[in-house]
Amino acid sequence: MSDTLLSVKNLVVEFPTRRGILTAVDNVSFDLERGEVLGLVGESGAGKSITGSAVIGLIEPPGRIAAGTVHLAGQRIDNLPSEKMRRIRGDKIGMVFQDPLSSLNPLYSVAEQLVETILTHKGISKKQARDRAIELLDEVGIPAADLRIDDYPHQFSGGMRQRVVIALALCADPELIIADEPTTALDVSVQSQIVSVLKKMCSEHGASVILITHDIGVIAEVADRVAVLYSGRMAEIGPVRDVIKHPQHPYTKGLMGSIPTITQEGDRLTQIPGSMPRLTDRPPGCAFAPRCEMAMSACHHSHPSEENVGTARVACHLITKMGAVA
Amino acid sequence: MPMNKETGKKMSLIVRILDSDIWYSFTRSKVTMIAALITFLIFASALFAPIISPHNPFDLASLSLMDSLLPPAWSAEGDPNYLLGTDDQGRDVLSTILYGSRISLTVGLVSVAFAAVLGITLGLIAGYMGGRVDAIIMRIADVQLSFPAILIALLIAGTVNALAGGMDRERSAFTVLVISIGLSFWVQYARTVRSSTLVERNKEYVQAARLIGLHPFLIMLRHVLPNVMGPVLVIATINLALAVITEATLSFLGVGIPGTQPSLGTMIRTGNDFLFSGEWWITLFPGAMLAILVLAVNLLGDWLRDALNPKLR
Amino acid sequence: MLAFIIKRFVQSLVVMLVVGLIAFVMFRFVGDPVDQMVGLETSIEDRERLREALGLNAPLPMQYWNFISSAAQGDFGTSYQFKRPVAVMLGDRLSATLELALVSAIFALCAGIPMGVFTALYKDSVLTKLFQAVSLVGISLPTFLIGILLIYVFSVQLQWLPSFGRGEVVDIAGWSTGLLTSSGLKALILPAITLGLFQMTLIMRLVRSEMMEILRSDFIKFARARGLTPRAVHFGHALKNTMIPVITITGLQLGSIIAFAIITETVFQWPGIGLMFLQAVQDVDVPIMAAYLLMIAFLFVFINLIVDILYVVVDPRIHIEKA
Repeated sequence: MSDTLLSVKNLVVEFPTRRGILTAVDNVSFDLERGEVLGLVGESGAGKSITGSAVIGLIEPPGRIAAGTVHLAGQRIDNLPSEKMRRIRGDKIGMVFQDPLSSLNPLYSVAEQLVETILTHKGISKKQARDRAIELLDEVGIPAADLRIDDYPHQFSGGMRQRVVIALALCADPELIIADEPTTALDVSVQSQIVSVLKKMCSEHGASVILITHDIGVIAEVADRVAVLYSGRMAEIGPVRDVIKHPQHPYTKGLMGSIPTITQEGDRLTQIPGSMPRLTDRPPGCAFAPRCEMAMSACHHSHPSEENVGTARVACHLITKMGAVA
Repeated sequence: MPMNKETGKKMSLIVRILDSDIWYSFTRSKVTMIAALITFLIFASALFAPIISPHNPFDLASLSLMDSLLPPAWSAEGDPNYLLGTDDQGRDVLSTILYGSRISLTVGLVSVAFAAVLGITLGLIAGYMGGRVDAIIMRIADVQLSFPAILIALLIAGTVNALAGGMDRERSAFTVLVISIGLSFWVQYARTVRSSTLVERNKEYVQAARLIGLHPFLIMLRHVLPNVMGPVLVIATINLALAVITEATLSFLGVGIPGTQPSLGTMIRTGNDFLFSGEWWITLFPGAMLAILVLAVNLLGDWLRDALNPKLR
Repeated sequence: MLAFIIKRFVQSLVVMLVVGLIAFVMFRFVGDPVDQMVGLETSIEDRERLREALGLNAPLPMQYWNFISSAAQGDFGTSYQFKRPVAVMLGDRLSATLELALVSAIFALCAGIPMGVFTALYKDSVLTKLFQAVSLVGISLPTFLIGILLIYVFSVQLQWLPSFGRGEVVDIAGWSTGLLTSSGLKALILPAITLGLFQMTLIMRLVRSEMMEILRSDFIKFARARGLTPRAVHFGHALKNTMIPVITITGLQLGSIIAFAIITETVFQWPGIGLMFLQAVQDVDVPIMAAYLLMIAFLFVFINLIVDILYVVVDPRIHIEKA
């Protein structure tokens, strides 16, 4: 029996707008094993964050999950009543947001926010909750945690605040952490610290991670598997090493070619011509076809299905065709 | 077929309007469309009051005390000649309302225009000159903003009336009202224009204009104005409603338009004395007219603010 | 903190001096004070003597200083119309206005805040539509018209509540209050609603827009993501942040309630300082006008000061920035 923690199947998220329905996430499926770190990459607007919000049940209305299922540890959670889903949030699934400056309520001290969250999910005394909060702050690397716990968010630096945010996300021992661009808003100098704190905390607390980022470098560093989204659809998903070393989808190839740390020394950095189509006027076939150098006629007419290629799963007509030939 | 350039331009403007978000939100909101229609009707009826009103309430010769205090036409003692009844002097209430809203709207529009011109000018001066001038103007604005407009208008009206002393109230009332309402509403315009001016002041084109010998002030006026047109329009619309209310309130308090050529507020003031003896129509009809007018303009203002500021939606 | 309060205090003092200057200019130059005080038959010598006694021959800055310092000691001169000390006249009527203003403010807050919170949380509820309709009417109906309508319905038609005056009042240590008698309380209802309705509307709209803004913020999203109860999110995290601007505006509104009392007091013949001021405006009784202006300004400034201090108490961020 595989130890699947999270299973997302054929997820579709729609936002009704004035000019028609906008499909932000289109038929996305992936699984997540216990203890695994899955990277979710793609350009802004590719649907990464919305996928994350859908899993934790925080799609802003009028947006909605239009189709598909989300199972957490065997329990279906995408259609739960809001009160049941609320109990899962924080307790089973935690989330870390992009901007630590705005993620913390400025009017509550760190202690108040931590204790409140712990008490919401755990039946322990206030004193115990406070002790646990200090312990957590210590774990995420806040010096003199017992003294600083009563400080207000504005008294911490950006990196320290993100540590507080991580402590908050983990304080009820969730099984899954969704980290939405956790380092983007931070100084470059503290980014890698935060990534390692996140990785350390999650593995110590036994939490799986969905790491949403556009930084392939971070993915290469900490993720076990990576899923590449393009225009709301899954382009390629597979083990990090394979996807980075041997990308199958032309988009992934382009993406990897544009990153200095991954390209071989001496290689030129490439860039993908054009830009991602707007979600309202996606081409009828493969969304990447207009920018793809290898596009065939089929690419412009029909959307490719996902095929297994070695350890990866890829949605590309080239792969389908080669598979048929072979 | 070569399209006439001018028509093409016009066509594209219409297309642009029809395709704009503002027009879209306008057509989406029934309430706004109704408010616009009502505003239009009230403006039109005020404009054409001398033509459409059944009587001339200011023609003293046609007034007869015999016809005074008649109830509306549909009640038992009503006179079909006077649809909404008559007041204590025998004036037809409907006609007086039409003429009254004409006066109310004129005071409102002129004082809003006065406030806008004053505010834009002061805002531009404050933003452009900076330093002490800026500090003084904005400090005055701050202090004034913390006092309600109605109090300021009341003080100004009271003072001016006192200074004017023996002057003809009937003739001075309009000017006094416009000055007092205008002076109490300029602050918002000034603040908006000032902040926009501060942004524009250091841009290259202002320097360039100075180099070619144009007065930078004129240049800035031309560039700042389009930037602040949206907010100014919103402020002006909401201020129009406020100005009409302020006029009515001042008139009601007895420091506004005198009773010989009543505005809506004056009518309500006069009618208030008859409320207890049962002649409700003298007060409540002009009151309803005032309320509908202000409500419609407010709705338009609200919609305009939301349409121009998508963040608020 | 102390430095902050001192700074605010000095600013308030400057505002008071400026308003005092306006009041002084009004007093000195709107009509001749001497002409207003004496009859036509008074001789030129007598006038000159009075002028000297009033200090009107001193240099202007000196006169301004005298005016300000005597006002600070509660001496606002003598009413032209009633020949009584203005301070005494104000003192007699102040309690009526303050009681009215206070009760309307409480009404406005107690109704406005919950309505604002509700309309922000349940955007599509029928009750929200109703509240918003009420708020639009509240903003669009001029105060005096609301008063007239209330009088027409509750006094003329239903004859439930009195339409004018303050009812019976009780004197407690020089403060006359209508809050302790049933007729006094009854008389208070309509004026308080009239005066408070507009403020209630403002507070409701403000709370609503602030709350909606805050509900979109990241920390609310994060609070939700941690599984906090809707109660904790809405009434803890969101409402507390909403209250900061609400405190400011409400504080400022308290001042304008007192000013708007002029209208309400006129409609209901409420024996407060607003009614007195309005009569003074019509009679050009400048000492009363000047005194009223100074008093209102003082109340405004005083309330502002309190609001600033309250601000520091609510928002922890301010400690650091000012320290």
